[in-house]
Amino acid sequence: MRILISFLSIVVSSLAFASSSQPDSYSVQQVAEGIFYHQGSHEEADAENLGAIANVGFIIGEQCIAVIDSGGSFQEGKLLRKAIRQHSDLPICYVINTHVHPDHVLGNAAFKMDEPEFIGHEKLPAAMASRKQHFARQFSEILGDAYEGTEFIEAETLVAVDSPLQLDLGNRLLTLTAFTTAHTDHDLTVYDEKTSTLWTGDLLFVERVPALDGSINGWIDALETLVDRDAAMIIPGHGSAFSGEQSKGWQDLLRYLITVREEIRVIINDLGTIEQAIESVGRQEAENWKLFEEYHRRNVTAAFVELEWE
Amino acid sequence: MMGRNTIFWAVFAVFMSHGLIANAATAEEDLWSALKQTYFGDRKIHENADDVLILEAPTRAEDAAIVPISVKSVQPQTAEKYIKNIHIIIDKNPMPYSANFHLSPTLGDIDIATRVRVDQYTDMRAIAEMNDGSLHMVSKFVKASGGCSAPAGKDMEAAMARLGKMQIRMREASIGETTKAQVVVSHPNNSGLQFDQKTRGYIPPHYVKEIVIDFEDENLITLEAGISISEDPSIRFNFTPQKHGVLKAMVNDSKEMTYSMDKQI
Repeated sequence: MRILISFLSIVVSSLAFASSSQPDSYSVQQVAEGIFYHQGSHEEADAENLGAIANVGFIIGEQCIAVIDSGGSFQEGKLLRKAIRQHSDLPICYVINTHVHPDHVLGNAAFKMDEPEFIGHEKLPAAMASRKQHFARQFSEILGDAYEGTEFIEAETLVAVDSPLQLDLGNRLLTLTAFTTAHTDHDLTVYDEKTSTLWTGDLLFVERVPALDGSINGWIDALETLVDRDAAMIIPGHGSAFSGEQSKGWQDLLRYLITVREEIRVIINDLGTIEQAIESVGRQEAENWKLFEEYHRRNVTAAFVELEWE
Repeated sequence: MMGRNTIFWAVFAVFMSHGLIANAATAEEDLWSALKQTYFGDRKIHENADDVLILEAPTRAEDAAIVPISVKSVQPQTAEKYIKNIHIIIDKNPMPYSANFHLSPTLGDIDIATRVRVDQYTDMRAIAEMNDGSLHMVSKFVKASGGCSAPAGKDMEAAMARLGKMQIRMREASIGETTKAQVVVSHPNNSGLQFDQKTRGYIPPHYVKEIVIDFEDENLITLEAGISISEDPSIRFNFTPQKHGVLKAMVNDSKEMTYSMDKQI
């Protein structure tokens, strides 16, 4: 008997070992009743991490499940779907894309078989149309096999700015709010009325340096609104979920963006150049963020050409 | 040299039908020799011409939509010997021939900066054409931007809302002293490569074709441009006003709309 048990434990542990970087290690955590997310790693997307670098997840109601962001590759989408099925057999009625970035939408096709309603900001289809050729070329190279099966599925149910959409998952209402240009020109947040959980998409980055692809002024304005919102739990687009009593996540991002904006304004007023701004602006923020060198110069560049028109 | 603007579209059709040409590493040399043939025919181009001009570009395009680049002359510009044109070519962009700066010898030392789109890993070239017709090339390899950066505009609505707004930014100039100036025009510089979901067709290109910068009726710089130039096209340049007068910038776009701005010096 003892021999049998030890034999079994070898089999079990070797099985676990064999699959260490594959599906079984794809974990989701519950942050509120019926709300689960997979926390993306603070890395650039690559073949090994399957592009699973953003927070993605799902909310389970009494009749339906809503997926919020589908993953950074077809492979991640499949892993997320499998994780959902470990928690519930209810139909997946909705796939909500918080915005067009590849780490949030490339898993869409993994849910096609569920025939969900794909939902996004009213400007999401245009953003997807203008970027998909570029993303397809870039991410098929970066992700290799994990990209196989990826499709750019555009949202057919659209949420207009100033006209929030409510979804009923069965005794569970979600409110989807579309923003004016902030992190992108098509950011969408999801709020679960039942548990007061706010899913911010990339309007909030925690730990990982933000990526500005919209308007720095708009983003600061959006954050100043969101930080005052009553939410018991917040799930950012990147980084750890946190309780609504904490404000550090919001404050860190606001500080970063305001620092970048104010320092660029000084350079522009002095007739300085983008190159000068890239060299000097916001360097003191380097130690506060993961992947700072990968995105910070880009943020300064994007903010500069916006602030030039103030 | 081909007629104005037709050169920008010359290789475009080829790229659209052979979209994969750019990906094979072995094709890089072939790509340039094909481009060279298209744009310059059999004319001799002196390569590694860092005794004539300097091209500055970041090693990595941080934002695919906005890559700041600059070109500088190395030798003094005189009426006898000066750089007449600077051609900018970005090999793997959809329209590789990206800009042609026509330059006046009265500009003095050339120091010109602009912003371009860079779709993917590519060679970028600046080719100086001297007043004697000789061609001198310098090049740089630019890595593509990472992550979610795309050459598409960030906020088309905002760009359209301020379409045609212009700025001439400079300090108060002193006569006889070299001064820096920047001309920038708000324009989406739309590539025409974007698919419109509503009409199921491609959005017609709408881009800045030409920026003419004159000082007291003398042309300093004329930029012929295409869709490789970033949204809100910008030219920063040095010049030395020898008298008081009007610095004038005029912009023509592909829909034959014109915008202009004056600044008294």
